[in-house]
Amino acid sequence: MATEFPLPRVLTYPASAPPSLIAQGAEGRLYKTTHLHADRPCALKYRPPKPYRHPILDARLTKARIAAEAKVLDRCYREGVPVPVVYALDAAAGWLMIEWIEGIPVRQGINEWLGERPEDDAPPAEDLDETPIVDLMKRIGQAVGSLHRTGVIHGDLTTSNMMLRPRPQGSEPEADAKKKAVAGDVILIDFGLATQSSSDEDRAVDLYVLERAFASTHPRAERLFSHVLEAYKHSFKKAHSVLIKLEDVRMRGRKRSMLG
Amino acid sequence: MANDTATTGKKKRRIALGCEGSANKLGIGVIAHDVETGAATVLSNVRHTFVSPPGTGFLPKDTARHHRAFFVRVAKQALSDAGVRIADIDCICYTRGPGMGGPLTSVAVAARTLALLWGKELVGVNHCVGHIEMGRAITGAENPVVLYVSGGNTQVIAYAEQRYRIFGEALDIAVGNCLDRFARAFEISNDPAPGYNIEQLAKQGRVLVELPYAVKGMDCSFSGILTRAEELAAQVKRGQKGPEGELLTPADLCFSLQETVFAMLVEITERAMAHVGASQVLIVGGVGSNIRLQDMMGAMAAERGGSVYATDERFCIDNGIMIAHAGLLAYETGFRTPLEESTCTQRFRTDEVFVKWRK
Ligand SMILES: Nc1ncnc2c1ncn2[C@@H]1O[C@H](COP(=O)(O)OP(=O)(O)O)[C@@H](O)[C@H]1O
Ligand SMILES: [Mg+2]
Repeated sequence: MATEFPLPRVLTYPASAPPSLIAQGAEGRLYKTTHLHADRPCALKYRPPKPYRHPILDARLTKARIAAEAKVLDRCYREGVPVPVVYALDAAAGWLMIEWIEGIPVRQGINEWLGERPEDDAPPAEDLDETPIVDLMKRIGQAVGSLHRTGVIHGDLTTSNMMLRPRPQGSEPEADAKKKAVAGDVILIDFGLATQSSSDEDRAVDLYVLERAFASTHPRAERLFSHVLEAYKHSFKKAHSVLIKLEDVRMRGRKRSMLG
Repeated sequence: MANDTATTGKKKRRIALGCEGSANKLGIGVIAHDVETGAATVLSNVRHTFVSPPGTGFLPKDTARHHRAFFVRVAKQALSDAGVRIADIDCICYTRGPGMGGPLTSVAVAARTLALLWGKELVGVNHCVGHIEMGRAITGAENPVVLYVSGGNTQVIAYAEQRYRIFGEALDIAVGNCLDRFARAFEISNDPAPGYNIEQLAKQGRVLVELPYAVKGMDCSFSGILTRAEELAAQVKRGQKGPEGELLTPADLCFSLQETVFAMLVEITERAMAHVGASQVLIVGGVGSNIRLQDMMGAMAAERGGSVYATDERFCIDNGIMIAHAGLLAYETGFRTPLEESTCTQRFRTDEVFVKWRK
């Protein structure tokens, strides 16, 4: 797959390990490569030029978005929000190099946990201990809470834009495969649409986006989402009023309708 | 046209007459569906547009009056073009919404009258679903992501589980409304459509002026852009220089406006395509007849290994045939709108319709 697209120039210099294309989204491409040391992996996010848009507009948008993403990540990192650290960037060339996060996307972890559960949203069999998945929901709520406390709005919260990073070996007792799937630290990624704001409204919309994405990605786990909001509520002082605002935003979302 | 039941005694095709008038176009069309294959044939497609003077928009009251005044003429024309007899028609379809209240009501009343007069059943149709189904029928796009762009709507839609689901939309004004209102700032003619004239002017534009760019995930907004473009238009009219000291022309502004808003539309469409894993995109609605938008969308789709599907103004711009087509699809699944429920509504979301005719 990696050979299909021309590499950004920064990846064409000799390296001990060749870069590999990890993901191709609407926005851009994500490569795994190394930073300075051969044993320090990193992610390179590249926004290639969009041939459909006017070159001046394209250059302006690419530059602004790379710069904004780097700025927000840096701010989060300094404030202790779990995000990858920024190593390097060239906004005009359209790339951003950040820490490589080991592990799997939260989406995958949740799906592995759910496994072959029946289609409906019925509560699980009585003997199933839900503590591990409920804990994960709480960690998600805390991560989003710490982000919002910092004055950052993610803009595209989904379970694909969160990674589950395994804790260092030995720090956890042996767990079975299912428990392992939902263990680890939640790290927020993909700040391509992030903005800075501390308003209840913007925070509530951010949560609403996550709520909708969660429901459509994990319909069988929808009822677990309340634990995300519960943990969020206790994660910072103003969280309570954000959740009240969320009610409004939900109503609007359902009612929003357009004229012909 | 031959009698449909003459030879076999069994109907070979079903025929619907569709009436559309949710905005300033009054359209009446007749469509036939082959009973065996479902293939659609356009028998007639007649339209009469209410054009307001340059610098003004169309008001509901005047538009409704226009539709009432022209309904009989347009209906007669549609029937004679189609060459069908009243007895051949299976149902009368009309736009239930969304749209402007007055014009919608005028056409609904007229459709009801025809149904009573001829003893036909009524089918109320969602205008947006009409656009989508007509676009699919004309282009043959099977399961595309749909960009629906018109004077009143901006939506990115994908089909899933018997509904057209809205993935993204304009959060304030529709893109067509933004273009139309900008046209008023320069008194650009509304004939045949303000957007068409902006498109022609934009071809002479050279300078790309910076305008706000407002995309949020799969949603976008246009009111900030309109405000800025109107400010710039006022400056251009006064002969003032642009922000970088350059002499701007109306053509430059038309060009910049198109480049900016279309880039936004293509971007949100691409995001939806990536999200659902689609490579086909279908553009419907009046703004969809813009060639620059079609070209930009084509370039994006090509990069994703897919292609763009679009129709020309006959099917893109509001018309009666799309209402006939979508109505007949519903009719064939047993859907009817009883006379006492044959109302219309200004607000009617695309995803409210249960799409029984698709798997
Ligand atoms: N820092 C990172 N470390 C490891 N994997 C990452 C990192 N950033 C992104 N990824 C992986 O790449 C995928 C796409 O990256 P993302 O930043 O979300 O870009 P986009 O969704 O805009 O294409 C993620 O879902 C994740 O699997
Ligand atoms: Mg992502």
